[in-house]
Amino acid sequence: MAEDSESSLQLPPSTAAEGEGPTEGSPETVTPEPPSSAAVSPGTEEPVGDTKKKIDILLKAVGDTPIMKTKKWAVERTRTIQGLIDFIKKFLKLVASEQLFIYVNQSFAPSPDQEVGTLYECFGSDGKLVLHYCKSQAWG
Amino acid sequence: MTDDKDVLRDVWFGRIPTCFTLYQDEITEREAEPYYLLLPRVSYLTLVTDKVKKHFQKVMRQEDISEIWFEYEGTPLKWHYPIGLLFDLLASSSALPWNITVHFKSFPEKDLLHCPSKDVIEAHFMSCVKEADALKHKSQVINEMQKKDHKQLWMGLQNDRFDQFWAINRKLMEYPAEENGFRYIPFRIYQTTTERPFIQKLFRPVAPDGQLHTLGDLLKEVCPSAVAPEDGEKKNQVMIHGIEPMLETPLQWLSEHLSYPDNFLHISIIPQPTD
Repeated sequence: MAEDSESSLQLPPSTAAEGEGPTEGSPETVTPEPPSSAAVSPGTEEPVGDTKKKIDILLKAVGDTPIMKTKKWAVERTRTIQGLIDFIKKFLKLVASEQLFIYVNQSFAPSPDQEVGTLYECFGSDGKLVLHYCKSQAWG
Repeated sequence: MTDDKDVLRDVWFGRIPTCFTLYQDEITEREAEPYYLLLPRVSYLTLVTDKVKKHFQKVMRQEDISEIWFEYEGTPLKWHYPIGLLFDLLASSSALPWNITVHFKSFPEKDLLHCPSKDVIEAHFMSCVKEADALKHKSQVINEMQKKDHKQLWMGLQNDRFDQFWAINRKLMEYPAEENGFRYIPFRIYQTTTERPFIQKLFRPVAPDGQLHTLGDLLKEVCPSAVAPEDGEKKNQVMIHGIEPMLETPLQWLSEHLSYPDNFLHISIIPQPTD
């Protein structure tokens, strides 16, 4: 099922709060990557710590926000929440003016400049970070 | 003996004398005088600078004004970081008043988030409080609160009402008697020397053997470059609210007394001044 398929966002890591290349995040640029169990334990070929480059995230739609066929993605740790918002909006073909909110733990919306790697370390479980996305504010 | 609770008041009422100057390239109809203000350390720039904005807009034409933003020595100031953190991190070694440059043009999209209204600040603030409680109490305390309690936290901060804020915030600072502290300590460590925005990890206030973790323990674990070796020269200052707490200070105590209103300990690592 779609739940199990995993893809990789082949996008340059960005610290920008918003506005990136025009082709970024379009489905065509996304190259599937075989599912990996490495996310559970850090890779051994690299030094421990923050250096394992990608983390797994699971994207879940809230309310009437469209679902994504591919829910599981491998994402660079340095990718920001804003980068992720831009990606999802393009993937869902939302117009730029539409808002999209991302929530952790179905509770708080991290700041757009926050890195997913940090969120993964604090709020990830079972080797992945679950993020809910919504077109309106779901959790005050 | 002074009560530890006095510390909360000292932290809350911390002020930074600041001089706001309009950026030289902004177009004005007459000369823009600098504007002086005491900035509350625990607040946010865009929450407390309405008067600054009005002051400069008086000498400008409507068409030359877009979203206001602030800069210090070439660095755009993030409104979503508490003011005290911005000062400690970027300006603590320079003379007062803090000289901030005001801009109305060329918004640095890459560096700053937009702040179209106070609602955006409130949403950011509440989100931080919720994230902190997720770490401290698995969100149990914040979720048991009513909407009006959340509002009271925000209104307390917005209107600079210490008692109003702490009447609610004290609940976020409680922990079960059988534990010796929170589940994890909400902290963020900032350095000017790295590209990364901040370090935030899971760190418990109490070691498995029951010993209280200290500020030094935290730094050794998550940011070892910040602490000098036993016999080495001190290269960095570890600063919270403009002071250097002793590294032996228990982290749980710091979290309860020196956290910002967003319930995070914002810790700045800055190079030791050479003079």
